[in-house]
Amino acid sequence: MSAALPGTVEADVAVVGAGPAGLAAAVASAEAGAAVVVVDAGPQPGGQFWRHRPESVEPDPDGKGHHGWRTYRDLRARFDAARHSGRITYVPGQQVWMAEKVHAGFVVRTTPTVTAGPTSGTADGGSTVVARRLVLCPGGYDRQLPVPGWDLPGVMAAGGIQAFIKGNGGLPGKRFVIAGTGPFLLPVAAGIAEAGGQVLAVLESSSPKAWLPHLRAAAGVPEKALEGVEYGAVFARHRIPYRIRTIVTEVLGTDCASGVRTAKVDAEGRVRPGTERVYRDVDVVGFGWGFTPQMELPLSLGVETRMDADGSLVGVVTERQESSIPGLFLAGEVTGVGGATLAVLEGLTAGTAAAAAPAPAAVVPGLRAMARHRRFAEAMHRAHPVPAAWQDWLAPQTTVCRCEEVTAGEITAARDDLGAHHARTLKSFTRAGMGWCQGRVCGFAAACLGAGPGAAPSIESLSGAAKRPLAAPVGIGELAALKNTDD
Amino acid sequence: MSANTSGNNPSGTPGEVTVSFDGRPITTSAGQSVGSALVTNGITAWRDTRKHARPRGLFCGIGVCFDCLVTVDGAPNQRACLVEVHEGMEIKGSSEPNVPPLAEPEGGRK
Repeated sequence: MSAALPGTVEADVAVVGAGPAGLAAAVASAEAGAAVVVVDAGPQPGGQFWRHRPESVEPDPDGKGHHGWRTYRDLRARFDAARHSGRITYVPGQQVWMAEKVHAGFVVRTTPTVTAGPTSGTADGGSTVVARRLVLCPGGYDRQLPVPGWDLPGVMAAGGIQAFIKGNGGLPGKRFVIAGTGPFLLPVAAGIAEAGGQVLAVLESSSPKAWLPHLRAAAGVPEKALEGVEYGAVFARHRIPYRIRTIVTEVLGTDCASGVRTAKVDAEGRVRPGTERVYRDVDVVGFGWGFTPQMELPLSLGVETRMDADGSLVGVVTERQESSIPGLFLAGEVTGVGGATLAVLEGLTAGTAAAAAPAPAAVVPGLRAMARHRRFAEAMHRAHPVPAAWQDWLAPQTTVCRCEEVTAGEITAARDDLGAHHARTLKSFTRAGMGWCQGRVCGFAAACLGAGPGAAPSIESLSGAAKRPLAAPVGIGELAALKNTDD
Repeated sequence: MSANTSGNNPSGTPGEVTVSFDGRPITTSAGQSVGSALVTNGITAWRDTRKHARPRGLFCGIGVCFDCLVTVDGAPNQRACLVEVHEGMEIKGSSEPNVPPLAEPEGGRK
């Protein structure tokens, strides 16, 4: 960020995030006449879905490998126009570490995402945003299930591989296996193949038959079927095997991943004996088990939550995307994982509502489209569940918390011997979720382990896993400064 | 965004950038992340965990997991997946203790 960061920015509407939901919310608010400030952790707009190479080296990306790129171009042009006219103040490269409700609205405090390299902020270069209304669009990240060997270098989140390709234009390896569940595995594998990598297999724990009870909901979003056909063609062209009811039971290797052991599973995820198979000379293994919405900011403000069809903790919103906290709007994955098209519709709705003064319940544009996309998302979640028996795949010595190196055996011992059933209690007893990532990676798995084999974690346990007093690591100086600015 | 990311380019090849990893020069191109520069040069791990000294490199790829921490131009604990390279950048892997900069959640230190 070459431009000097304003210390304190005031606005009618603050938007956190500049992915599909955040861009849409910012544009809608600004076009409705509001003064908007957009805070984003990334160095340029797009979020994860529309992540692209740095515009300093590729000023006019062609959108190859992207979906909805025309929508992005449209939103981006409107975003840039609003910046130009002064309606939008854009604060990139800053992550929010604290959000508070005050009598006049909301205060959002930020800290630089990176403090090195050409896009860095300085270590003391945070900012404070004060706004009457707040739209949170923080997105989500790959949900993970631990498996023996998953902490070896060469194992990546499926979305991380895609981000690597989109952001760098190259590949993190040569020979890949992609595993987990859900339609998202398809674009990841297709992206690898189109970039010149070899995908040895895509392993899907579920089966296309799981969609059968949900065909009506699926038919409501025909463009998804078209995307499927597109991936089918890429898979055929590159001869990518797609194996259903199959999981990785172990990542092989000593200091880095060198292969995977796989097995067939039944509908509950129980391994079928005698179906084991080994893939060798694998240098990257990608795992994705759906997504986890980034709930720490909504939770820190105390929004009402619910459990979505995929088992994720999400925020409850009205038709106008307003949370249970007046003036606080949520859009995108934090209201339920549903993809970019839905996120844009929610962002437009939230941004419009946030810009207006307490408006009459006008007809919300896009309501029916949003309903169709939500039904599709629910069908997808039900067709691609986290397998009920996944905890059976763990060995006692399998690492669950990668930061603090807490094993499955330590967690189940705390559960069985000390009665620690909630993620929060498990954290106190075992340190699972207490390291750098603050449980973002292991939180879901730890909550499942606390609930016990085959059981789903409670909403309280998931909340405990997702609550973080600080939404991003900050320096002592920023905390000390906070004391001085408090009234 | 700042327009000048490639900086000086002594090699002369357009877009080529030379950085160092633990003192050893490696070549990459402008706009790459530190993580990409390392991995595409065959370096897949650059940090050891503090408990069992296990190797770590890229994992989430989007700044969530903090597995890929490196020291960049003297700034410790940078996420390799998020920092962009520049000419002459000094990257250091770390095997020294990586203590989170801040206090843990309330209820943590019991």
